[in-house]
Amino acid sequence: MEELLRVSDLKLQFRSMRGVVKALDGVDLVVHEREILGLVGESGCGKTITGLAILGLLQRPQAEITGGEIIYRGEDLLTKNDGEMQSLRGREISMVFQDPLASLNPVFQVGHQIETVVRIHKGVSKRESRETTRKALAEVGLPATDETLKRYPHQFSGGMRQRVCMAMALACGSPLLIADEPTTALDVTIQAQILNLLLRLREELGVAQVIITHNVGVAAQTCDRIAVMYAGTVVEEGPVVEVLSRPRHPYTTALYQCLPHGHTASELQTIPGSVPDLISPPSGCRFHPRCKHVLDVCPTVKPKPVQVGDRHWVSCFWATGEDGAALGGDDAAKSVDDAAQRAKVTS
Amino acid sequence: MSDWRVRHQSSLDEARYNVRIFFKDKLAVIGLAIIVFTIVVAIIGPWIAPYPAQGRGDSNLTERLQAPSARHLLGTDNYGRDVLSRVIYGARIPLIISFVVTAAIVLIGVPIGGIAGYFGGRLDEVVMRICDVFLAFPSLILAIVFVAFLGPSIRNAMIAIVISWWPWYTRLVRGMAVSLRERPYVEAAKTMGVGDFHIIARHILPNSFGPVIVQMTLDIGTVILAAAGLSFIGLGAQPPVADWGLMISEGRAYILDQWWIGAFAGLAILILVLAFNLVGDGLRDVLDPRSKR
Amino acid sequence: MSLLQVDDLTVHFHIRRGLGKKSIDTVHAVDDISFAITEGETLALVGESGCGKSTLGRAVLQLRRPQSGKVLFDGNDLTAMRGEALRKMRRRVQLIFQDPIASLNPRRRIGDIVAEPLIIAGVKDPQKRHQMVSDVLAAVGLDPALVMGRLPHEFSGGQCQRICIARALVLNPEFIVCDEPVSALDVSIRAQILNLLEEMKTRYGLTLLFIAHDLAVVKVVSDRVAVMYLGRLCEVGPSEQLFAKPAHPYTALLIEAIPVPDPDMRPAEAIAVGEPPSPIAPPSGCRFRTRCPRADARCATEVPELRMVAAGQYAACHYPLI
Repeated sequence: MEELLRVSDLKLQFRSMRGVVKALDGVDLVVHEREILGLVGESGCGKTITGLAILGLLQRPQAEITGGEIIYRGEDLLTKNDGEMQSLRGREISMVFQDPLASLNPVFQVGHQIETVVRIHKGVSKRESRETTRKALAEVGLPATDETLKRYPHQFSGGMRQRVCMAMALACGSPLLIADEPTTALDVTIQAQILNLLLRLREELGVAQVIITHNVGVAAQTCDRIAVMYAGTVVEEGPVVEVLSRPRHPYTTALYQCLPHGHTASELQTIPGSVPDLISPPSGCRFHPRCKHVLDVCPTVKPKPVQVGDRHWVSCFWATGEDGAALGGDDAAKSVDDAAQRAKVTS
Repeated sequence: MSDWRVRHQSSLDEARYNVRIFFKDKLAVIGLAIIVFTIVVAIIGPWIAPYPAQGRGDSNLTERLQAPSARHLLGTDNYGRDVLSRVIYGARIPLIISFVVTAAIVLIGVPIGGIAGYFGGRLDEVVMRICDVFLAFPSLILAIVFVAFLGPSIRNAMIAIVISWWPWYTRLVRGMAVSLRERPYVEAAKTMGVGDFHIIARHILPNSFGPVIVQMTLDIGTVILAAAGLSFIGLGAQPPVADWGLMISEGRAYILDQWWIGAFAGLAILILVLAFNLVGDGLRDVLDPRSKR
Repeated sequence: MSLLQVDDLTVHFHIRRGLGKKSIDTVHAVDDISFAITEGETLALVGESGCGKSTLGRAVLQLRRPQSGKVLFDGNDLTAMRGEALRKMRRRVQLIFQDPIASLNPRRRIGDIVAEPLIIAGVKDPQKRHQMVSDVLAAVGLDPALVMGRLPHEFSGGQCQRICIARALVLNPEFIVCDEPVSALDVSIRAQILNLLEEMKTRYGLTLLFIAHDLAVVKVVSDRVAVMYLGRLCEVGPSEQLFAKPAHPYTALLIEAIPVPDPDMRPAEAIAVGEPPSPIAPPSGCRFRTRCPRADARCATEVPELRMVAAGQYAACHYPLI
């Protein structure tokens, strides 16, 4: 499978009231054609910012990219100017956000909003853009009737609105879709419908996706590969089955154990400490103050991604050994296997 | 660190940060400097005015209508009074008016708005309709009516301005109270059994200060102009008091040949109102969270 | 002994529509709901958005007056109480909100926020208040000296929720309604707060009504679960039993729809399609019938009552799954 998007060592900071926030400290991830990558992490880890950075949607001069590359189909997006990025958005890479109500203009009919996107990128006639819009609506499971086209956003329910946003994102046939918490604002029964839709889009239209979410369950059920982020960097990336059944990074393991699946209250593990302040983040590996397996080298040097399996990378000295050898995988694996077994039994 | 500093650490940090933002705005700093300068001049006026007696109102008919010269830096007026001294003495009135009147307007308008907005219902309707009546008239006209009713004097001009202006703040705070009363922390207070007036005083009003302060900064300059305007038409300060508005009025008849009689007083009003507006802009930048980057 | 008993509680909202505000729509938020909570128990109230669970929580506390029905707390009818008597009763029942940061007055210091209930309750001595506030802040895992002088915006979501819990506990209440207390928090913080709630429950001898939409969380904290749909109760029963063998089709749907972090499972092909109907014009008879694969004519005409389907488990369905 060809590489569609590669983010290498992306570094980003932005200015805020209290100082300079070093939001991204070297993010690496890869998305292949027709692949679904899950970008998972808790709030403040930088996953949304990564998505916005890929599309060039961050406000300058507050946000400043200080290093790295974003290679899309062989071209570095960071070298492109505003005009070029504008034609790229929607046509090549599109994005769907968390709150569908906020993403749609309340005073325009949804048909009009989708058609506008099509006309801008494809320069086709009104009739053709209407046809394209109808097709897009059908693809996301909405009735492709005139009645739907004439409705306003507030006349749809949450789940249907999110489908409208996805139709708008896919209307121009972009090969890559970035979905930022697409189901967080939706009810759990509607969530299942939308997740199935995302899978279908990949199956039928071949749309590659980056699904940004804090819900490990969502990532587990929809993604092929998963990248776990903590405090501005990807700590582990690999096939979802691998990463969840045999996590290497202590944060991934700890995160999995916090999930309420298969636990009772007395057994819920927590991660001691709290998410670091990114204005003065910990030195070296940003997770080291909270890590059970911290080594002497951890506070001094930031670990680089090391391959530990087929397309499975970890940034951790304890997991990979300072000389690159894979260490410490077994203990972590055993406890997670137990948890996974229990989850299967009780769910 | 003393206990007081520990307990108020956050407020001190915030204050220090706000001061820094304010001083970044050069124009606001200039405005502040002008206001401080004016206050100082007003305080030490009797000692620095070259002709204090004339400043207070004594005439000197032998030196009438003299152009600016070394003896009278800004010339003399139609009664022979030194214009510079009168401008200096005239500084006290707008300063007092701006602070006292604005404070009174806020002290009356804000609580009424808070109570009306929080309770809603019939009380809210009644208060809003009363405000509508006041707001239907241009405030200056209303002030003129009140002063004419009470009799012309500075004190009555101030009262008149307060009476015509408070509804603006009531409406402003009422709008805020209506939205704030739904906030989770207000609900939390109700859950704990906090009484209504305590909720208004501790939760609603303190969180309404932002727009109120913004409105105050916009209004102070206008209040000064309103007071000067009332004096100009003879309903405010009465001769022989040195008042800038009155001086412009007195200089009206002489504007073609002895322009200095009214012009310098007018210039003083312009500069002071401008200064308040610049400071207001600076304060709004401090209060606006979006500009905090 | 039931500490809390709710009988036939009904809460309706009226929305005025149209330019002349002529027509009035009624939102049937809560309709004839009855349940009881034993002392020391945690009852979870689950449902999706719009089912009325938050409204029910507030109606129990009389923050929203119900149209009809009774709420008996320790024998006292809260619906009949007013003014000072109700305010006094409020000290025994507290509420923890979903958005911890928004539940704290942004302009007040933490020490003052947590002390407010004490002032209302008439604890006059400032030293005593200071001591009580320090104690409760320490109990929730915060260092009083570091926290009391600061403002809410300086804290994270998890810390704010601890402060809210401290504020709820400072008067030693008996009953706490937790309205989605962890929904707005990160996964690892969620775990911390859930553990904290358990600890506080034991330490202070609390009874909890835990409102949530996340079934995974509910499984962990609750003794019994009540499932709500569009203003009515679908099913009530002991937590483990209900999850293992749900009786109501909606409960089964909810359980299946939870995304489990097991990559071998794909998202549930939802056994009910479509969207929840509007609470303004709820379906006649059983409100779930428009999405239920087992519905038939009887479901449209007859409102199902809560009936026992297993030991301690009740379902409002004409064709329960067990």
